[in-house]
Amino acid sequence: MIRIFKIALRNLMRYKRRTLLTSMLITLGLLMVILFSGLAGSFKEMMIGQITDSNLAHMQIHKKGYVSSIDTSPLNLIINQKGYKTLEKVLKENPDVEAYSPRIKLSAMLSNYTETTNVRLNAIDPKTEIKVCPNVSERMKFSGGQIPDILLKPGEIIIPEKLAAGLKIKTGDSVVLVANNKDGSVNGLNFTVAGIIESILGPQGKEGYMHIKDAQSLLRMGKPEIIEIALRIKEFDKLDDVYADLESALAKFKNEKGKAVFEIHTWEKLSPFVNIANMIDLMTISMKLIMIAIVLISILNVMMMSVYERIREIGTMSAIGTAPGKIMGLFLAEGLSLGFISVLTGNIIGIFGIYILNIYKIRYAFGRQENILLSPTISFSELAWVSAIVLVISVFATLQPAYKASRMEPVDALGHV
Amino acid sequence: MSLVQIDNVSRIYQTGEVQVKALQDVTLSIDEASFVTFVGPSGSGKTTMLNLIGCLDKPTKGKVFIGKEQVDTFDRRQRAAFRGSTLGFIFQAFNLFQVLTAYENVEYPLVMIKNESISKRNGKVLKVLESVGMLDQKDKFPDQLSGGQKQRVAVARALVTQPKLVLADEPTANLDKKSAVNVIRLMRAMRDEFKTTFIFSTHDPGVMEEAEVIHTLEDGKLV
Ligand SMILES: Nc1ncnc2c1ncn2[C@@H]1O[C@H](COP(=O)(O)OP(=O)(O)OP(=O)(O)O)[C@@H](O)[C@H]1O
Ligand SMILES: [Mg+2]
Repeated sequence: MIRIFKIALRNLMRYKRRTLLTSMLITLGLLMVILFSGLAGSFKEMMIGQITDSNLAHMQIHKKGYVSSIDTSPLNLIINQKGYKTLEKVLKENPDVEAYSPRIKLSAMLSNYTETTNVRLNAIDPKTEIKVCPNVSERMKFSGGQIPDILLKPGEIIIPEKLAAGLKIKTGDSVVLVANNKDGSVNGLNFTVAGIIESILGPQGKEGYMHIKDAQSLLRMGKPEIIEIALRIKEFDKLDDVYADLESALAKFKNEKGKAVFEIHTWEKLSPFVNIANMIDLMTISMKLIMIAIVLISILNVMMMSVYERIREIGTMSAIGTAPGKIMGLFLAEGLSLGFISVLTGNIIGIFGIYILNIYKIRYAFGRQENILLSPTISFSELAWVSAIVLVISVFATLQPAYKASRMEPVDALGHV
Repeated sequence: MSLVQIDNVSRIYQTGEVQVKALQDVTLSIDEASFVTFVGPSGSGKTTMLNLIGCLDKPTKGKVFIGKEQVDTFDRRQRAAFRGSTLGFIFQAFNLFQVLTAYENVEYPLVMIKNESISKRNGKVLKVLESVGMLDQKDKFPDQLSGGQKQRVAVARALVTQPKLVLADEPTANLDKKSAVNVIRLMRAMRDEFKTTFIFSTHDPGVMEEAEVIHTLEDGKLV
């Protein structure tokens, strides 16, 4: 076995330039995958973090049917106090849930006493909201520039920047909110503008913020009711598992008709960004396919040449009694060694490249946020996987030439010039 | 005692419409430990004969015995195994493995065919290299050796497995007169030392003289 690899390596060294070119090509393919996965993975992680930590949270629970009619912010699909208590119990019992926060989503008319416009609002409990969305204040500007200890006090409102610019509203100004409740009756309340919020992409990106108590009185709710519960889990990687647990726990609550009362969605179902995340995954897979094609074609090409150049040598081996399986093994070892050399250099350069990218951190802007640091990482298991793929493909690409070599008739092969 | 028995053997090549009778109804026997040559004009069937005895080819008709085995009935795999265990080969163009040193070339059949352990094979390789007078050149690669030296290494590679029979198709055709005679004399000395049967073919009258038994072929027939 050792001898087989020794012969294989010496044969590779015999055509130094060709071996070098091929292994460089494969190394390049591998590098492309390693660096791209590292960068894209870090970008994706950062993007998901932005969305979930500032607005969406990891999951949201609603009254059944809410998400499918989310565009109209329906007020009839509410969770009453009893329902909220029930849900709290479920969430407290689940060890993977880190925090949860009640919210009301509503749309209202906002007036600065001269002009009136429509606004969508996210009514929150600031104390719990900050636990669910730790970066909620990141997009907000407050008077004086300081983020207050309590994001919002009752009587305060944070409005989207486009709207503030359009109505020429500044922080500290007083505005009126007018809203219809679910019975159709109208109510209006006075608010002070405490802050301005930058908009981001997506349907939730242009919402203003108000205190949940204010929303409940604006909507004349007799008993406090809510629209959604946003929740954060301890380990984001366990999203699917925790989701499955909670979903089955919630499925137990049924109305008189036997239909489920609540629904739960992960951020993926609530944000169009999931498409970008999927796109990134798709691109990573495409990169891997391209790499596989490079490995397959270059090794197949080199090994076919190797077999062709060495027909007489194969004839000699066969004539003096080398078993066909051994001849096949010799060529397979050669293809595998070529793959292995490339994998080794690819990994070394790739890890070094990621290290360099982490030293000279790449800054870029995403949405309204600038100066986000991109720190590419790649896991050991990812490296091992990609390397294993290259090795398997190397052997696979060598199978046909190696088989051809092992099937040669010694008389024909010896006569070959 | 006869080692090789050729029994009414014909070998006919069929290329398209054309039939070439490379050997026609040849019967002969070759004794153990003899030093035999096949001679004859180009195209007379020398290579065909050596290929049949060397289990590289099958007769169209007739039987070939080597020792107790009827080798013409062997399949591909059996022939390869038989060549590895019982036969040795020396080629016109030396056919040493370019990437292996002289020592490693001689060692090759022991490692790759006989799967022998290092301790067992080391002594054998050194002994046979010494017999062919190439011990001092053992670490050179083939392209650092002269034609005559290469053929000596090839003789050592053919003998290292202690085969019953060594076949050599025109082993001296790529050598100058002096080296040619030297290589043939080396082969005969090896026959004396190891009692191995040698069968070779040649065009060269000087080489022919060194043989003990001469079979002449003409148009595929013994004369
Ligand atoms: N593979 C083949 N296909 C068709 N005809 C062949 C083949 N091999 C040999 N022949 C023919 O068989 C006959 C005998 O050939 P062979 O090679 O045995 O001759 P030879 O005595 O070795 O000649 P040389 O001295 O030139 O080597 C020749 O007529 C040759 O053309
Ligand atoms: Mg010939």
